[in-house]
Amino acid sequence: MNIRHVITPAVVAVLFAGCRSEMYDQPRYEPQEASTSFRDGASQRPAVVGSVPRLSPADEPRCADHDYLAQFQKAVDDPSFYDHFYEGKVDGKTAETFPFKMAKTDLVRGRERFMIYCSPCHGPTGDGRGLIVLRGFSSPPPLYGKLPQVSQTPVAIYDDLRKAPVGHFFDVMTHGHGAMYSYASRVPPDDRWRIAAYVRALQFSQSATKADLESIPMPTAEETRMIQEFQQ
Amino acid sequence: MPQLFTPAANTLARVSILGAAFLGLGVVGGSYALQTSPYVTKVRVVQPQPVQFSHEHHVSGLGIDCRYCHSSVESSSAAGVPPTYTCMSCHSQIWTNAPILEPVRASLREGEPVTWNRVHDLPDFVYFNHSIHVNKGVGCVSCHGQLDKMPMVYKAEPHTMGWCLECHRNPEERVRPTSEVFNMTYDPRDFLEKFGVKNVGELGQKLMEQNHIQKAGLDQCSVCHR
Repeated sequence: MNIRHVITPAVVAVLFAGCRSEMYDQPRYEPQEASTSFRDGASQRPAVVGSVPRLSPADEPRCADHDYLAQFQKAVDDPSFYDHFYEGKVDGKTAETFPFKMAKTDLVRGRERFMIYCSPCHGPTGDGRGLIVLRGFSSPPPLYGKLPQVSQTPVAIYDDLRKAPVGHFFDVMTHGHGAMYSYASRVPPDDRWRIAAYVRALQFSQSATKADLESIPMPTAEETRMIQEFQQ
Repeated sequence: MPQLFTPAANTLARVSILGAAFLGLGVVGGSYALQTSPYVTKVRVVQPQPVQFSHEHHVSGLGIDCRYCHSSVESSSAAGVPPTYTCMSCHSQIWTNAPILEPVRASLREGEPVTWNRVHDLPDFVYFNHSIHVNKGVGCVSCHGQLDKMPMVYKAEPHTMGWCLECHRNPEERVRPTSEVFNMTYDPRDFLEKFGVKNVGELGQKLMEQNHIQKAGLDQCSVCHR
C-alpha cells in the first residue's frame, strides 16, 4: 500500500474536521429555545397549576446592609412570615406592615424599580398620568389624594390610596388589579415590598408640609455613603 | 523537431509563479474578508420577525426601560425575550385592533409563544452571562448598539471572539457607572466632575476599582470556554 493512500485521507479529514456544527449547536436547550417535544413548541415549561413558591436564592434580597438571610432561614419554619412575604397577608388580612425592615437603601431600590415597572402608567410621581396612559391606557387612580370621579370604577376599593394598607399595593403588584396585569413574574417579592415602601414615600411627599420636612432627620454620613454606593 | 516553447514562455513562467502567489494570498484574504463580512457575521442585517416590533418607538418614543421587558437581565445569564403576557400588559388596551399585533393576540389566545427569529446567537461552546456584564457596568449599547435608533433590530457588533477580547483586554475603555448601564445616551464626559477625575481615562480606572473588575485573567480561555 502506497503511503499516499493513508496521508491524503488523513489530511482531508483534518481539514474538514472543523466543518461540523455540533459544537456550535449542542444537543441541549438554551433559554427559551423552541422544542418539538411539547405541543406549544416551548422548551421552558410553565409551573404546574397549584405550585407553591419556595424560598429560593433568587428571592434573597440584594442589599447587604441588614441581616435578611437570618430572616429567610426563619421563614422556612415560620408559615406566618411566608404568608406575609409572599402573599401580603397577616392573620388572613391585608398586611399593614412590611415583612422586613425598610432601610434607606431599600427605598432607593424601590424608587429605581418604580421608575422601571410602574412609571410608564402611574407616572414618575404616581399621579396616574404616565406616557402609556396618555397613549390611551385606562387611567389608574392617583397613588395619593382623593380619587377623581372618573376613577370610581367598580374595581376601586379605597377612595384614597393613602388609606390603603401596604399589603394592598403588594397584592395589586402580585395579582394585578382592574386593567393592570400581574407583575409577579417580572418583579421578585422583595422588590415588590420595596416598591410599596416607595409608594408610601411618594404619598407622603405629595402632602408633606414644611414642618414635616424639618422633622425628618438628615441622613447620617454613614447612610449617605451607603446610598451613594448603592446608586453607583 | 521544432522548439516546444517560444521565448515568450519564459515570461509566462515567471508571471504564473507570481500569479500563483497572488492567487494564494487572494484565497486567504478573500476567505478572511468573507468571514468578517456582514454575510457571515450578520452585522447590520435586519432579521425578519413575525411582528415588526420597533425598539426605537418603545425605547426613545415611550421611554420604557430595557428591564420592563428584559426583566431577567440583571439576575440571569439570559436577558429574556418577553413573554406574550408582558406585551399584553399594555396592548390589552392599546392598539387592540392593529393588524400588526395579530400574532401577539393569537399567541395569547392559543397559548403558544410568538416565534421570534434570533438576532444574536453565540456558539454553544461560549459561556456568556448577561447579569455579570450588567452588574459590572457594561452598558447595553456596548454590545447591542443604539437600540433606541433601531426600528427593526439588527446585530450592531460582530460578536466574534476577537471582538469580545478587545473589551476583555481593555475593559476600562467601556466600563460605566452601574447606574448608567441602561442609559442609551451615556457620555463619560458628563461624569468627570461627579467622580472627581480629569479625563475619561482616569474615570475608567476609577470605575474599574469601584465596580471591582480585575483585569488580570479576563482574557483567559476558561473565562468564556468552560
